[in-house]
Amino acid sequence: MSALPLLEVKDLEVAFKTADGIVSAVRGVSFDVYPGETLAIVGESGSGKSTTAHAIIDLLPGSGTVTGGQVLFGGRDLTKLRSTEMEDIRGRLIGLVPQDPMQSLNPVWSIGFQVEEAIRANGVATGKREVRKQALKVLKEAGLEDADRRLKQFPHQFSGGMRQRVLISIGLSAHPQLLIADEPTSALDVTVQRRILDHLESLTESSGTAVIFITHDLGLAAERAENLVVMHRGKIVESGPALDILQDPQHPYTQRLVAAAPSLASKRIQAAVKADKPLETAEVGGEGAGFDLATVAERTAASAGESTPVIEFREATKVFKIRTGGLTSVAFTAVDHASFQVAKGSTLALVGESGSGKSTAAKMLLGLESITSGSILVNGQDVSTMNRRDLLALRRQMQPVFQDPYGSLDPLHNIGNTIAEPLRVHHAGDVASRKARVLEVLDQVALPQSVLTRYPSELSGGQRQRVAIARALALKPEIVVLDEAVSALDVLVQAQVLNLLAELQAELSLTYLFITHDLAVVRVIADYVCVMEKGRIVEQSTVDEVFANPREDYTRELLDAIPGAHIRLGT
Amino acid sequence: MFWYIVRRILQGIPVFFGSTLIIFAMVFAMPGNPVLRMFGERTPNPAQVAALEAMYHLDQPFFVRYFLYLGDVVQGNLGYTFAGQSVNEILARTFPTTLRLALLAVIIQLGIGVTVGLISGLRKGSVFDGTALVISLLLISMPVFVLGFVMQWFFGIQLGIFRPTVGAGAPWADLILPAIVLAALNMAYVIRLTRASVLETAQQDFVRMAYGKGLTRRRVIPVHILRNSLIPVTTNLAADFGILIVGATVTEGIFNVPGVGNELFKAINRHDTPEIVSIVTILVIVYVLVNLFIDLLYGVLDPRIRYVK
Repeated sequence: MSALPLLEVKDLEVAFKTADGIVSAVRGVSFDVYPGETLAIVGESGSGKSTTAHAIIDLLPGSGTVTGGQVLFGGRDLTKLRSTEMEDIRGRLIGLVPQDPMQSLNPVWSIGFQVEEAIRANGVATGKREVRKQALKVLKEAGLEDADRRLKQFPHQFSGGMRQRVLISIGLSAHPQLLIADEPTSALDVTVQRRILDHLESLTESSGTAVIFITHDLGLAAERAENLVVMHRGKIVESGPALDILQDPQHPYTQRLVAAAPSLASKRIQAAVKADKPLETAEVGGEGAGFDLATVAERTAASAGESTPVIEFREATKVFKIRTGGLTSVAFTAVDHASFQVAKGSTLALVGESGSGKSTAAKMLLGLESITSGSILVNGQDVSTMNRRDLLALRRQMQPVFQDPYGSLDPLHNIGNTIAEPLRVHHAGDVASRKARVLEVLDQVALPQSVLTRYPSELSGGQRQRVAIARALALKPEIVVLDEAVSALDVLVQAQVLNLLAELQAELSLTYLFITHDLAVVRVIADYVCVMEKGRIVEQSTVDEVFANPREDYTRELLDAIPGAHIRLGT
Repeated sequence: MFWYIVRRILQGIPVFFGSTLIIFAMVFAMPGNPVLRMFGERTPNPAQVAALEAMYHLDQPFFVRYFLYLGDVVQGNLGYTFAGQSVNEILARTFPTTLRLALLAVIIQLGIGVTVGLISGLRKGSVFDGTALVISLLLISMPVFVLGFVMQWFFGIQLGIFRPTVGAGAPWADLILPAIVLAALNMAYVIRLTRASVLETAQQDFVRMAYGKGLTRRRVIPVHILRNSLIPVTTNLAADFGILIVGATVTEGIFNVPGVGNELFKAINRHDTPEIVSIVTILVIVYVLVNLFIDLLYGVLDPRIRYVK
């Protein structure tokens, strides 16, 4: 490590002009990046980590402006440069790998065009053939083996992982001294994430490129970065060597973040199972929670074994016909002879990468997707043979909570009406009793009564997800289907929601079908786990068993891919 | 791609039948016997009336008349006006002029509309943007005949820059003023749509990425912002074409352009049913073809459409 820092950020202040006046997003942030170093900026959404990164390369969105401080890069203050001088630095000296690979490539231009454009703009090569050759070279370096063949294809013909490889190749195409990677893999599956980050690491290591790595994932930061900056509400609360901070956090906010991060070392959140016991919730990842977790788990497992399963999949299969243009179609088996049982009051997690069929399985259970063959039984009744009335009655006992708390609430309905809607649809009670029930469930999900008249846009992501859970609980269902219900939430909020789910389960003996791609979350919420790969259930067992002795290579791969899996967090 | 075109042309068939049937029914439902109107003040003898009615199939039931007419159209014979002129000949004379007028109008509408919309979108809130929005609102709220007469009086008579009416042979220079009037309304819509579309595109992640990879503003604006913003503008062009046809009828009347619109205008005044139906039928066919062309253009502009099919 050389003595002089490559980038010095000094007392950086960034503000946004809004209708309510000026809102400061970054308040006095200072850090250094040395040549070849990897620095991670960690924080929740809204903490100012992305804004800091965008301020460095003068790409603040909308009304954002740097209101104070300096960004020294190679001795020059970037905040004082003219826009044409900045154009010269971007790409050539500071590369960018953006957050969302799905949105960051222009859909109307071919992949080749977009890579060549960057190469030409930064003067890496000139002349049509030289540029093409260089484009193929960087794409292959980024792990796109069949680049020759795919150069003429368009972004929508690429998977998310492939697009991110393209973006990495663009970011590194001019051999910049510094690469800003803004949540480069947050939209990708864990296994894909791992492959891509391994690749990025080897590329930047061999070229000596410094990296600013922005992430909300502590495990990822611990695994990939030497140094860490933790941001909270626009300020740096803690900084230093990554491992030191994560294993011995000093600032209370960092301590909370570390405690909330689900990891393999975490234990199942156990609320008291028996009603006569006082309601007690163990800290996630906390040790010595006051009662013996193992016995509770055993008791749950034992009692589950005796009773008849609430949900039972028997060789359930879903085949989609995919039109190939013209008049032909091909069959695609989304769920292939899936069989499993979920006992009352327990949680079964369906785990797999995107496209593994886990969401289709949930839709079949909810009756939102027909069953091609096999059967699904709920409390011993076959879902597929039900008539409309029975199905309606079934839906009363079975409520879904979906991934996107922004998309699953109607922005034109206030929270009170949103929660009361299932009650109205199923004609449950009169107006007064419905109102009482809405207040009751609001209380259960720990939301104040004042939210009743507010609209979804006025709530935070975590609050919205609580509203979605409250809506699901309104009809007093037995089963709640949680489809990636915590995946879009920040760690702290995620931990709150997971705790809430565990408490509600203990209190109301709910049965959860929990669909997720995140094995670390499975560890803290589920009793049983089914690992799905390409529509088939490749492994199913209790959570402890799967995590301790994964039998399938695929399961092992998923487990290994969890960022920071082998780093113990916290104290 | 081939199957897509075939499917689109097949979709045009019911549109053709439906629209001709409606036009046919509406025109023939107009009160008064067209044959009697041909004689004006004079009183024809019943034999003459019967002979003329037989010639124009007026003695047949409605559907028979409709299918006889369709049969002629399919064979390329658009019939005769009550004055005995061949509609084919009238169209051959007037259509090229209207085509030139429409071409000029589309060039003005897109050229000025997209340019102004782009600048407005890039400089949201500036004086230019404000002025453009006010002018476009003014153009949208003004009926085309008012604008036509105002422009004719101001530029044609007061300033004398253009000839107030179109001269013999309709030279290009004479068509400019009517084309501006004809383009005005669509241009206002194009300005607004382009502006909104540019505003939206400029916020996309791929635009930030384009800057992030080191491209200059001069490259990002045309290649990444304008290019993508043209997709909704193109889609709307199909709907705009309907406005163009209606506008052409009025504009050609005001500026005395010897085009299809003017001819239709006169035919409606004369209650010349065979001519009205034939001209409108041709316009419907043109409309269907223009829509097909624009949909194909859409596929060229947006690769996602091209490959999903």
